[in-house]
Amino acid sequence: MTRIIPVLTVLAAIGLFWYAMAVHMNAPWQNTLNTRAGLENVALLDFAQQTWAQDKPVLPAPHQVATEIWNATIGLEFTSRRSLAYHAWITLSATLLGFALGTVLGVALAVAIIHNDASDRSLMPWIIASQTIPILAVAPMVVVGLGAVGLTGLVPKSLISMYLSFFPVVVGMVKGLRSPEGIQLDLMRTYDATPWQTFWKLRWPAAIPFLFASMKVGIAISLIGAVVAELSNASGGGLGVRLLTGSYNGQTIQIWAALFIAAGLAAVLVAIVGSTEKWVNGRMGVRA
Amino acid sequence: MRLSNLQLYLLLVGGGAAMLGLALSLPTLGNAPLVLIFFVLATLPLFRLAKPLSLWLDGLIAIFGAVALIASLPQGASMPLHHWLALFSAWAFAWLFVERLSAAIRAGTLPETGTSLIIPVIFGLALLAMWEVVTRGANVPAVLLPPPSAIGARMAAETGILWADFVQTFIRSVLPGYAIGCLAGLGVAILVDRSPFLKAGIMPIGNFMSALPIIGIAPIMVMWFGFDWQSKAAVVVAMTFFPMLVNTVAGLNAASVMERDLMRTYAASYWQTLFKLRLPAAGPFIFNALKINSTLALIGAIVAEFFGTPVVGMGFRISTGVGRLAIDLVWAEIAVAAVAGSAFYGVIALIERGVTFWHPSVRGGRA
Repeated sequence: MTRIIPVLTVLAAIGLFWYAMAVHMNAPWQNTLNTRAGLENVALLDFAQQTWAQDKPVLPAPHQVATEIWNATIGLEFTSRRSLAYHAWITLSATLLGFALGTVLGVALAVAIIHNDASDRSLMPWIIASQTIPILAVAPMVVVGLGAVGLTGLVPKSLISMYLSFFPVVVGMVKGLRSPEGIQLDLMRTYDATPWQTFWKLRWPAAIPFLFASMKVGIAISLIGAVVAELSNASGGGLGVRLLTGSYNGQTIQIWAALFIAAGLAAVLVAIVGSTEKWVNGRMGVRA
Repeated sequence: MRLSNLQLYLLLVGGGAAMLGLALSLPTLGNAPLVLIFFVLATLPLFRLAKPLSLWLDGLIAIFGAVALIASLPQGASMPLHHWLALFSAWAFAWLFVERLSAAIRAGTLPETGTSLIIPVIFGLALLAMWEVVTRGANVPAVLLPPPSAIGARMAAETGILWADFVQTFIRSVLPGYAIGCLAGLGVAILVDRSPFLKAGIMPIGNFMSALPIIGIAPIMVMWFGFDWQSKAAVVVAMTFFPMLVNTVAGLNAASVMERDLMRTYAASYWQTLFKLRLPAAGPFIFNALKINSTLALIGAIVAEFFGTPVVGMGFRISTGVGRLAIDLVWAEIAVAAVAGSAFYGVIALIERGVTFWHPSVRGGRA
């Protein structure tokens, strides 16, 4: 309880601030509306309620966003093009595929790097440099380019997610696979263990905590990759498309709803990885 | 020094491919004299398997192979088979060179400084050469993937546009946003650190927020702050704030209890303890956030430009370039972004090395 109260307090403060800002930011337009309608001297409380109920507010009030999320997920058929659950599913599938590919690629690269001196020296600098290429900026081009050779839909988006999520996995796994100390490696040598045995019985278990820490970062950014990749393929659907169409049409409530769904999705994915980590740690005998 | 198994395989594969290429290209002798010379050169080391030649010779063979291939690429037609073999052989020799070089560095026969830089450079050059040869040799349409030479030519031709975009995106949007976001994160972290209640309340939310797709707020910021650089800077501020907050708070706890006790025995005030002990101790964490943020900031600004900009900026150029199928301009823009991002990261890393010189990760040499 002592850990929840401060969080709730801060959240409540954010909520209050949000409602106040909604009044402040929507006020000019509401004033224009009221003048046009011939309304004068609206009571402060009524005025606040008006600003919280606009169609296209500058800043929608929290309950407007919540209503929109409810209407667009539970209130609509799943297959509807306007259903946020449908778009979230599109984004989620690209995220998961990209995350899986990125984790496999990252682990493979890390294994190559720790077992081969030359690949460590030649790959590592370029892996780091590759992340300074703003792939999110390149994403539209990758999507268009792959579309020209017939790859559309899930795959291009997953490739962008993969490109973003492999990096933390490589960095974490290289660190993790190198984390066994010299004394432990020496023990393996006295047991006459083969390199294969040393890898599976010492290095791999030692790297598992690092792998999970990296995967938590990786799954969050592979969601970002999927969302941004969707910006360039408006017909494909997904949360990114909702953000973009909302932006073009001034549908602020729609933007905020898509944003919150994306945030919720990220939180759930990170939590799933986190609880898998706890389960695996438990099986491996780590005390919580 | 004798060759290891891997090096031996590489030599056999590279030399074998060259020998095969030599046999295939003999009927059309003289069409591409440079490639022919390369085949001969690359076959020769096979005859001295027992006593390997100097590793620099392997490097020279690989470089000569790449140059010969690029110089004798057929215009407008697909490459004949022996060109592909030459590419394969040159790649094997480059790999062999890198393998032997790193083995020599490890054995101590070559100095670490300087020579260890050659390896990633060779890798990068090999990648570029491969890209050039494959895109031109297999006639990949320029709309899909232009060869590096075309991108370079475009960069040279459009320096004005590239510079204007760089100024708009990097100088106007990224730098102010980065400075404001990082300073705000640092300030809030110091404030939060004073109050255990605030810390308990804000930190879970901060950790949560730094894992969320904050980039999604770009359309909102464009709506609030307009199309110009202010909205991009605002996105950058939002993206850089939370990593800085989370890292700094963790860093402020890095000073050990014993060191704090020492400060107390000196009767140091809160601010003295903060500036003389805790902030320096937090240095590695703060620089970690600064480095993470340096790449995040550029990405945030460029993506925010997709949601509306004045007709200048890297994100604008990339999104319109894709629409107009001016892919070489897009790649030129990407190259500028990559260089700018790497340089930004490099500058921060250099400052880090100077400021936190005492930290084990810096003292140990390889970060």
